[in-house]
Amino acid sequence: MNIIVCIKQVPAKDAPLAISGSWIKESDIGFEMNEPDSYALEEALRLKEKHGGEVIALSMGPERVKQTIKEALAKGADRGIHIVDDNFAQLDPLGAAKSLAAAIAKEKADLVLTGLQSDDHGFGQTGVLLAALLDRPHATLIMAIEVDGAKMKLKRELEAGWFQHIECPLPGVLSIQSGINKVRYATLKGIMAAKKKEIATVSRESLGVSHEPTQKIEKIYVPTKTKKTEFLTGTPKEMAGKLVEKLKFEARVI
Amino acid sequence: MKILVITELRQGKWNGTSFETLVAAQQIAKETSSTVSAVVIGKGVGAFADELAGKNVAEVLLVEHDLLEAYTPDGFCVALKQVIESAKPDLVLFPHTYQVRDFAPKLAAMLGKGMIGDCIGYRNEGGKLVFVRQMFQGKTAADVTFTGSAPWFASFQSGAFRADLLEANASGKAPVNKVAVTLDAAQIRTKPLDLFKEAKSAVDLTQAPLIVAIGRGIKAPENIPQAEAVAKAMGAEIAASRPICDEGWLPMERQIGSSGQTVAPKLYLALGISGAIQHVVGMKGARTIVAINKDQNAPIFEIADYGVVGDIFEIMPALTEALEKAKSA
Repeated sequence: MNIIVCIKQVPAKDAPLAISGSWIKESDIGFEMNEPDSYALEEALRLKEKHGGEVIALSMGPERVKQTIKEALAKGADRGIHIVDDNFAQLDPLGAAKSLAAAIAKEKADLVLTGLQSDDHGFGQTGVLLAALLDRPHATLIMAIEVDGAKMKLKRELEAGWFQHIECPLPGVLSIQSGINKVRYATLKGIMAAKKKEIATVSRESLGVSHEPTQKIEKIYVPTKTKKTEFLTGTPKEMAGKLVEKLKFEARVI
Repeated sequence: MKILVITELRQGKWNGTSFETLVAAQQIAKETSSTVSAVVIGKGVGAFADELAGKNVAEVLLVEHDLLEAYTPDGFCVALKQVIESAKPDLVLFPHTYQVRDFAPKLAAMLGKGMIGDCIGYRNEGGKLVFVRQMFQGKTAADVTFTGSAPWFASFQSGAFRADLLEANASGKAPVNKVAVTLDAAQIRTKPLDLFKEAKSAVDLTQAPLIVAIGRGIKAPENIPQAEAVAKAMGAEIAASRPICDEGWLPMERQIGSSGQTVAPKLYLALGISGAIQHVVGMKGARTIVAINKDQNAPIFEIADYGVVGDIFEIMPALTEALEKAKSA
């Protein structure tokens, strides 16, 4: 089973965000693998362990993105593809998906996996758009995958605690839900082996994708608060006392 | 401008967020002198179309086909593409549900268009619509506009608009127009099977008046009893954000958020919860929200009535003590 996992590199969770127009200042912050994508990678590695084949880590962005691809290789992906684009953050979801699809189309993958959404843009559209562009069946919010020959039995998460089983043929595209598995750590052996694994580098321009942006982020900003938060101060004991008092006599909820 | 609202039915009932989207459409229509058409899609769903005809919309489009009885992304995309090509709307609006996330971006892409999803609101700037959505897990907001020609696709987050503001039709009933679509079984590649629930549902968090919820800040399962002590002293139910349930530290039925329960209790006490979008969407309707987090920039503070910037491991025992004292007072 050949699987391509689309992995995004995003600002680290605890990175202080310095807003600059329609993006953030990238200097002085750390970057990491998008957590939802790490679940997709883990699922790909488990499917490979069960069914054989190859796992390819695909990512797009500036040079720093290679670090995240290396992390995927260290965890067990066989090779990587890096689509170089310094302005990746400005691409609209359809533009990003078109570039990824162009790279994917050159490979012979049975399955394309993505995380559910990215922790920076949070569009949550990549998997579905890839399915549309590659003209493949798809499903999202996947919590379990069983492969049976040329088709898959999937468990899809719905709202309010409901689930659904779905049958989906291969080749297909799946958006993986967080919590589907427990993500592994890269072992020292894996990190050493990763050094010998190939990362193919292509520029986004060389993929020959033409695209007119469908949307534009005009600006990002700290949200204007509509609610007035009363912050309590003092020692933990004092704050606890004040809070209970407020809840009892002011908010009257206890 | 012509606005099309794609409503959603779930297991034979309305998905209530559809009404919120209709409210959004009615508001945009008023501000931009536009019309609203509501779409009902499925099989044997005429009664739902009749119900919408009593609302303040210009028309209801009824899209029925045997192959639309069960939701599939292929079925809905092929059918709705035809509806859009014949109705020629400028703006197509959806509630941002799990189902919409599964097909709407593909529908837009099939028409060469893009979708601005999970919007928390919009502004009308001299006729140009600016959609507002969250980025960086709720830490920032973003103003997004469409570039290029119509149709434009957008979805609104649950709770962004109030369903009870839906206006009735002032002059009788809007017409219900049937839209014939062509669908072939071969076009539908995925096959939906059984629907099921896993949680034993021993607890219905939607009925709990007081909830104490824990997030990643709890760090380890050994620390959960400290939060449970707070809940017990308060007479509250314990709940959690998704990562806690993914780890198996609390059962899935305790999860609050877009995947778990959506609750609106009298009091929601968030301990060590950052306030990521997927969690907040499940509890922002709580009457009183208290947030305790060591990060003063955590997005949860944006919606909190009372906030404590501090270490939950110091606050939890102090809070349990204060609550016990108040009980006996």
